Amino acid sequence: MQNTIDFNQKVLVVDDFSTMRKLIRNVLKEIGFNHIYEAETGVTALDILRSDEIGLVLTDWNMPAMTGLELLQRIRREPASKDIPVLMVTAEGKKENVVEAIKAGADNFVVKPFTAETIREKIEQIFRKRN
Amino acid sequence: MNVEFVNPFLRATLRVLKTMASVEARPGKPFLKKDGGAHGDVSGIIGITGTTNGSMSLSFSRNCILKIVAGMLGEEIAEITDDIKDAVGELTNMISGAARNELGNAGYGFRTSIPIVVSGPRHTIKHQCNGQTIAIPFNTESGTFLVEVSFEE
Repeated sequence: MQNTIDFNQKVLVVDDFSTMRKLIRNVLKEIGFNHIYEAETGVTALDILRSDEIGLVLTDWNMPAMTGLELLQRIRREPASKDIPVLMVTAEGKKENVVEAIKAGADNFVVKPFTAETIREKIEQIFRKRN
Repeated sequence: MNVEFVNPFLRATLRVLKTMASVEARPGKPFLKKDGGAHGDVSGIIGITGTTNGSMSLSFSRNCILKIVAGMLGEEIAEITDDIKDAVGELTNMISGAARNELGNAGYGFRTSIPIVVSGPRHTIKHQCNGQTIAIPFNTESGTFLVEVSFEE
């Protein structure tokens, strides 16, 4: 893992619940990431993605106004963000949801509840595939 | 109400609290709840639609939820603040989501709404259907909470 992940890259966590953002932030810090940004909505996330060089996005699915799936589709459409790895972290565990997210360009998928180890493995898988 | 719908919520509650907060909860004997009075000091409720319509609620005693959130976030909070209410909303989301996934695997299709969180003394919980309400009491080292599940007949 040390050879495949740049822990100094910026990671963006998108969730409408501050508890989940904080929880994921703690997990990311534990894994070794140093620069973690948070967004409460998809719109804020897109603003951050346009103004900052983000290396990885973790997003919830069920959010008001713009869902995580819509955010993912917007990320993939915009030239500046189309290649950023996206990990969906969601309560939507049905097979069709996973298929829909992968079709829309998600790099990986975590179903809540999750352990820190699961998040670590999913992130490792993303960077292993991409490298 | 189809009692098959209740156990997935019980299992989801145990799994979410253990995985996300390292809290072991022990379920007590389920009972029919006749009134809308909340069991605890802070409650979350979420509407469920699909195969049939209904809702699920969680109601935590103060000490119980403070300990659960400490387990989730690794930080102690002394009172029921907006952070605690946010955590109750997310727990309501996760538990209903995990139960919904299990019900989905059994062939029942459900969707859930955005949770609502209420706190304060003598608050009430209004389920979003006219069916019976089954309540499952849980005990933890730091206090009690109650899960209620209500679906149309």
